[in-house]
This record gives sequence, structure tokens and C-alpha cells, in this order.
Amino acid sequence: MTTLDDIINNSQHDSWFARLKNLQVFWVFIAAVLACLALSLMTDAFTSDRNLFNVARNFAFVAVIAIGMTAVIASGGIDLSVGSSVVLSAMVISVAMAGGMGFWLSAGLALGAALLVGLLNGILIAYAGMPAFVVTLGSLSAARSLAMVLSDNKMIWEFGPDHGLLLWIGGGSTLGLPHPLYVLCVLAVVMSLVFRWTRWGQHLFAIGGNENAAVLAGIPVRRLKVSIYMFSAMTAGLAGILMAGWLGSVTTNLGQGMELTVIAAAVIGGANLAGGEGNALGAVVGALLIEVIRNSLILLGISTFWQGMFIGTFIIVAVAFDRFRNMRR
Amino acid sequence: MSRLVFSGISKNFGAIQALSDVSLSIEPGEVLGLMGDNGAGKSTLAKIIAGNFRPSTGDISIDGKSVVFHKPIDAQREGVEMVYQDLALADNLSAASNVFLGREPLRRFGPIRYIDYKRMNTVSADLFKQLKSETRPRQLVRRMSGGQRQAVAIARTLLSEPKIVMMDEPTAAISVRQVAEVLDLIRRLRDRGISVILISHRMPDIFSVSDKIAVLRRGRLVCRKPVGASSPEEVTGLITGAIDAA
Repeated sequence: MTTLDDIINNSQHDSWFARLKNLQVFWVFIAAVLACLALSLMTDAFTSDRNLFNVARNFAFVAVIAIGMTAVIASGGIDLSVGSSVVLSAMVISVAMAGGMGFWLSAGLALGAALLVGLLNGILIAYAGMPAFVVTLGSLSAARSLAMVLSDNKMIWEFGPDHGLLLWIGGGSTLGLPHPLYVLCVLAVVMSLVFRWTRWGQHLFAIGGNENAAVLAGIPVRRLKVSIYMFSAMTAGLAGILMAGWLGSVTTNLGQGMELTVIAAAVIGGANLAGGEGNALGAVVGALLIEVIRNSLILLGISTFWQGMFIGTFIIVAVAFDRFRNMRR
Repeated sequence: MSRLVFSGISKNFGAIQALSDVSLSIEPGEVLGLMGDNGAGKSTLAKIIAGNFRPSTGDISIDGKSVVFHKPIDAQREGVEMVYQDLALADNLSAASNVFLGREPLRRFGPIRYIDYKRMNTVSADLFKQLKSETRPRQLVRRMSGGQRQAVAIARTLLSEPKIVMMDEPTAAISVRQVAEVLDLIRRLRDRGISVILISHRMPDIFSVSDKIAVLRRGRLVCRKPVGASSPEEVTGLITGAIDAA
């Protein structure tokens, strides 16, 4: 006689290793570790403190947005406007600060601008029923243009009274680790928990799995979708603020083409473009792998023209790998 | 007292008369097989019970109390649950998550509220056990057979202790062995005193589980009798119109 507990504990996988083996993020992580090992053997420059610091900081920006993108992709959508939200947010904070405003108020304005882009995306997608691809393609164009209007297409490198604070927040470090990495760690941990343990997270995956079922279950699908696009825009806004501080100057081509890298990171990390799958940790590892590839090409003296080739191959391999795994089941 | 009574239900969409003067009742613990050709009004009737449509004229009462449904949620509050034809399950989630979808139990940890997976697993394991289904709470719906999916969809309805469960073509598109499994599930619902309305095209299924059959043709109820007093031949005749009424 099987008891209730037996039934509950009778899980699909036989061991933690078997479970781990089935996670795409595990294999991507292995790939990243192998790449790092190979690099440290091939060149001394890779393991230098300076280089590791740069890698850690550079990948943090993409990874932060990739977590937002993972939420969108897991809900069955796509957000092409993140690169433009980055520049809009960076431009709002720099124009506001150059005009004499304090950091926190300006940062609030910058996030608000990004959230507005997300709100607009969300409303058009959820309430007007327009395809996410088209809506966010539109806001990709519109938000960047707005940033140009706002700055008159000039570079801004003086940020008023809180100049030092902005540069410290985006480009500084504490205990040897760059600040964007702290932001990323907090976001990754919080969102991992949110995806798994809250109704918001659970319902997001339900929408991605079967939107009709979510509607019939009484989930407020439309409101939820708006919040998902706003979350994605918020991560882009956050990255924009940090990048402004890191670069110390903001131009209107900031974040151009970034949406593709971000989507690549999310997909390599296990987000399924058909919806219903994805995790925050995967997005981080995916972004890390892309940055390690980029960094290694530079260190090994290979032309950066090859970068796209490697990243493209990884995207296809990651998806093919996922296909293959599902076929075996 | 009858569980559910329709008296003189009519529904028209503009000039189209989808249902005219349908009167029908169902008792607690009874399975009603509802049959009819495509366009006969089965779905319209189902949607009226589920609260998707309001009848143009006529009354519905549940346990002797007259009810008016404006939205599906109103019907759910009165104990009417619907199992949809496409089952409305999220493939990427576990059985337990699907059972509780939209009504996940929460636990508090200080100001933070999080989903109580333990309770979800325990309750759904209990429901599957009651349904004598081999479905495991943590199993992903994607990897389930058609019969197991039905069990998940039915367990979902049981969560709210329903009075009436309506099933739209639950045996379409699944294997023969799984059909038997689903029919067993329907019998278990009946044994719990739940009234089941089974909408199906499959004559053998209707005749093996129903207590009572009702046939709709072009919006009219042409037959309403205990299953023992009818035969598949008669029902076929009623559906097609070869037999006028019985």
C-alpha cells in the first residue's frame, strides 16, 4: 500500500545529479568554466585582477537586463525595446543631473521614463492585443529617438553636483567587486525566488505555457502582462543608470543592438522563445558565457569580427541541445 | 429536490434561435449524457450553465434556489465547475500547480507571502488518490497521458467542492484504455454525490456512464429519459431527426 507521502516523494528524477544534468544552465555553466580554464592556460592576461574585474562588470549590465528579458520570454513574449530603454534612462538621468538635480531624484526620473516605455508596451500588447514583436519594435525606434530629442544628440559628460556619486555607483567597486555585480547578484537572487515562490512568478510561467488556461483559471492575464513588460523595462532602466556612471559619458548610441545580446543571453541560459521556460540564474550564466567569449577573442588576438560567429553558434547549439534533450524524453 | 433545474430556457443570438424552451433537471449524484449534432445547442446550453451566456428567457435554479450568472465566476461560486474540451492545462507546470492554478495557497514569512508547495502537493496527491489516478503531483503535465491530463483537469474542479461538474467531450482524442480511465473518473465524481453533465459524441461512453440522457436537435430538447429506456439506435435517430421525439 502506497501512502500519500510515497506518492508525493515519488519524483521524476532519481538523483540530484540526474536532475542537474537535465538543466540547460548546468551545461552552459560547464561551457563557461571550460572556456575560462582554457583561457587562463592560454594567456596570463585572463586571470589578471584587472581583466577579471572588467569581465565581471561588463557582463553584469547584459545579465541584469537578461533577467528582465527572461521574464518576458517565459511569459511567451519578447521585448526588443530594452536597448532603447537603456539609452533613454541613461539620457534622462544625465540631462537631469547636468541640469543640477540630485542623483536619487534623477535616478527616479530615469527609472520612471523606462517604466513608461514598459507600461506602453504592456498596454498595447495586453489590452490592444498587438503582437509583442511589433509593439516593441516600434518602441525600440521611438525611445531612442526620444533620447536624441532630449539630449539634442550631444554627448553629456558632466553630471552636476552629484557627478562623483554617479560615477562611483556605476563604475566604482567595494571589496574589490564592481558595483554593477552587486546589483546583479541581488536581482538574480530575488528574481530566482520570485519566479519560483510567488503567484506572480507562477502565473507568468502559466501564461507562457497556455495563455488560454491562465485566463480560464481567473488569472488577471492582462494586468500581469503589463507588469512583466514594466519589469523588463525597469531592468533596462537600471542598467542604463549604471552604464551612465560606468562610462562617465552618455551618447545616444548607448545600448544600440544590446537587445540581441540580451535575448541571446536569456536563450542560451534556457529561456524558451515559445514561452513557459526560463530562469534567472540561466540568464546570468548565459550573459557570462557571452562576455567570456568576447573577452577571450580580444585576449587571444582574434579579430573581434569573429565575435558574432561564436555567439551565433552558441545560440544555435544551445537551442539544438534543448531540442535533442526533449526528443530523448 | 433536484440539484439543477432548467425551466423554459431559450437563447437567441439576434435572429438565430440557439435554444428554444429547454426544460431539464438533474439530481445529485446523477450523470446526464447530453447529446446532439454540431450546432444543436449543446455548447450554448453548457455556456449558459457555466455563466458565459445569460439565457434570453427562462430560469435556472440550483438546489431550489433561483440563480442568475453574469460571469463564469458567479457560476463557480454556486458550485458549477467546467472541464474544458482542450482541458486548459499549462503543459510546462506540474500537476499540482495546474490543480491550484489561480488559487495557490500562500504562507506567510514575516511580511513576505510565498506559495505553499507542500500543501499543494499534499492536497493534489489526496485528490488523485480519491480519483484512483496514478498521477503524481510533481509530474509535469507535458509528460502525461491523455487520461492523466483528464485526472488533473477533474482534480482541479474538485478543489472547490463542486455540486455540478460539466465535461465537454472528455473522451475525444484519447486512446481506448484512457477512455476507460476517464469514465471511471466520472463514476467517482458521481459516487461523491456530484452531478455530472457529460457532453459527448461517443455513444458507447454515454451509455456506459449516464443515468439519464437528453438529446438536443436544432435548439429543442427532443428526448429526456433514463438511459435504460433508450438505445443507441433511438438516440441516433433522434440526433439526426429520423425519429421526431421520444
